[in-house]
Amino acid sequence: MNPLIIRGVRPYGEGEPVDVLVRDGVVAAIGEVAEEGAEVVEGGGAVLLPGFVDLHTHLREPGREDTETIATGSAAAALGGYTAVFAMANTDPVADNAVIVEHVARRGREVGLVDVHPVGAVTVGLKGEKLAELGTMAKAGVRVFSDDGHCVHDPLVMRRALEYSKALDVVVAQHAEEPRLTVGAQAHEGEQAARLGLQGWPAAAEEAVVARDCLLARQVGARLHVCHVSTAGTADVLAWAKARGTEVSAEVTPHHLLLTDERLATYDPVNKVNPPLRTADDVRKLREALAAGVIDCVATDHAPHAVQDKDCEWSAARPGMLGLQTALSIVVETMVETGLLDWRGVARVLSERPAEIAGLPDQGRPIEVGEPANLVLVDPGARWTVRGAELASIAANTPFEGMELPGAVVATVLRGRVTALRGRIPA
Amino acid sequence: MRHLLSTEGIDPGLATAVLDTAARLKQALEGREVRKLPTLRGRTVITVFYENSTRTRVSFEIAGKWMSADVVNVSSSGSSVGKGESLRDTALTLAAAGADCVIVRHPASGAAHRLAGWLHEAGTSVVNAGDGTHEHPTQALLDAATLRERLGDLRDRRVAIVGDVLHSRVARSNVHLLTALGAEVTLIAPPTLLPAGVENWPVHVSHELDAELPSQDAVMLLRVQAERMHGGFFPSAREYSIAYGLNENRLRLLPDHAVVLHPGPMLRGMEIASSVADSPRAAITDQVRNGVHVRMAVLYHLLAHEEETS
Ligand SMILES: [Zn+2]
Repeated sequence: MNPLIIRGVRPYGEGEPVDVLVRDGVVAAIGEVAEEGAEVVEGGGAVLLPGFVDLHTHLREPGREDTETIATGSAAAALGGYTAVFAMANTDPVADNAVIVEHVARRGREVGLVDVHPVGAVTVGLKGEKLAELGTMAKAGVRVFSDDGHCVHDPLVMRRALEYSKALDVVVAQHAEEPRLTVGAQAHEGEQAARLGLQGWPAAAEEAVVARDCLLARQVGARLHVCHVSTAGTADVLAWAKARGTEVSAEVTPHHLLLTDERLATYDPVNKVNPPLRTADDVRKLREALAAGVIDCVATDHAPHAVQDKDCEWSAARPGMLGLQTALSIVVETMVETGLLDWRGVARVLSERPAEIAGLPDQGRPIEVGEPANLVLVDPGARWTVRGAELASIAANTPFEGMELPGAVVATVLRGRVTALRGRIPA
Repeated sequence: MRHLLSTEGIDPGLATAVLDTAARLKQALEGREVRKLPTLRGRTVITVFYENSTRTRVSFEIAGKWMSADVVNVSSSGSSVGKGESLRDTALTLAAAGADCVIVRHPASGAAHRLAGWLHEAGTSVVNAGDGTHEHPTQALLDAATLRERLGDLRDRRVAIVGDVLHSRVARSNVHLLTALGAEVTLIAPPTLLPAGVENWPVHVSHELDAELPSQDAVMLLRVQAERMHGGFFPSAREYSIAYGLNENRLRLLPDHAVVLHPGPMLRGMEIASSVADSPRAAITDQVRNGVHVRMAVLYHLLAHEEETS
């Protein structure tokens, strides 16, 4: 592999532009560099950050390759600035055994655009009853376990999962949704759902499970990760739990940082997601919690769906929206342009913390000589208009269709190789 | 008026115009041997019911036929509707078949809105005949027509809506329409049957039926769906009946002129005592009769009344 020079970039958006030389997958020099035969990416003063890490991606392979494959999802990830993604276990068949997780990891390596880390199911078939073979899957390289799409709602099963995961040094990621409080739930329980006649998904159904799990995690001394936090109350619970020393981390999605349930007025299921879009108060509190580190990171919950599963009546539609290629821009819009985060903060929430939470040694590393060259180059001044059909995913279900967003990925670099450059995957 | 999807945000002038048209149609047809107007000759109206409701479907069907429209009924059994065809594909089929108006009843809230979106280019009108727990605008219009007959102008009239507001599309449509027409609405139900955020609706809320009755000009009872009785929304049918059933003693608390409405079908003995349902204070059969005229008026405003656009 040829050496790579990224010319005229500002690491973390700070200082005068410098050149970054990458050799053998490692940052070899920073400053004024020259190298014979090097591939050159012109930075034009853009912001250089560590490559993004997504703890929450649905790649749909195996099972729903009509909506996304590991190849198309990897391309979307690279174009979105990601160098590592965690592929959720709710595939068909479910990734609740070593055979499936090994298959996903192998396909990820074959595609080679992004590190694809399979998430293993916590329970067999995501049924919430019987622990899956966590040890065998951990041996196969699984770092994160989740029944995402379903809540591990039985408190005893959750306790055992947390206890058992301790010895494996892995993290259990919970989709917090008390199922008895969300039977038939279609939208955030509140004025908007009442007006539209949609059955409510109460905030307390999330908060109660997060509170319970924090208590369990502290009791057994295990690590807990909370998926897609969506309510102000959950942020309060997390702040309380962290203050008393609980080892809990949490993620928030870009869409929960920007969109509210006001968007449901048209009944267009492109806005249907689980947990549902909440209120403006929740959005404000989630942004503050992310800025303060109460919520650790941003995860996309990238969820591709076929046209027929979205262009239908609200209650029949599947929840979820695309996220990989819009995440950075939404973070810029909601966190950078509002002054809540600087570029160091962006690096923290999109790269460093997710890598730490999942225990990845070579991702989310500082931009320094000798560190692995997993990088993303961001043009903070760019503006672009989202067109679902032009995204790399097979599906096109983005709620940001037609929106003009700030910030764009100029290039993504995975171990010294350019995996995305100005909106294209290099040949 | 292009579609009738909900009464939320309805222009009071338009609502009044529809009600006036309904009253005129009723008058024109009264005592006639052949109840048929040529107004919608050559127009095709299709009813698509994904939920059974003989009452509503027949009312629309008669309304269309009395206006000389060609009325085609599609019900969910024995049609592509029952074979899992998507609502979108059904919409496109109906548009291609030349429907001028589609009347839809569907268990999903918002289904009529979605249908209107898919039928937009075809120029087909959509009438929401009940979507999930969202709205049932023609029911609200026929209720208002009935109240106007008994009470005159509804401005500053007080109407109580009693029972399962949470799951009731009838209640939602009535709240919007009655408040648009200037009436004061009081919702009376246990807290378990009131939606979140109801405190911000333009209504009064009460859990005490007896305290409210003396000041009401009308009481509208909502249907308590049998499945709710086991859903833990209230302890028992008996307790519900004691707290919220309209019996003869409660009827006496109402002013003499007050009207009793029920969208039907009624649970006699629980929601309403039989003697109350059959008393002259109850306007329940008037509601059914007015339903036809109101739906004729809606079809008229959608399909025949060209100068109005909304
Ligand atoms: Zn989830």
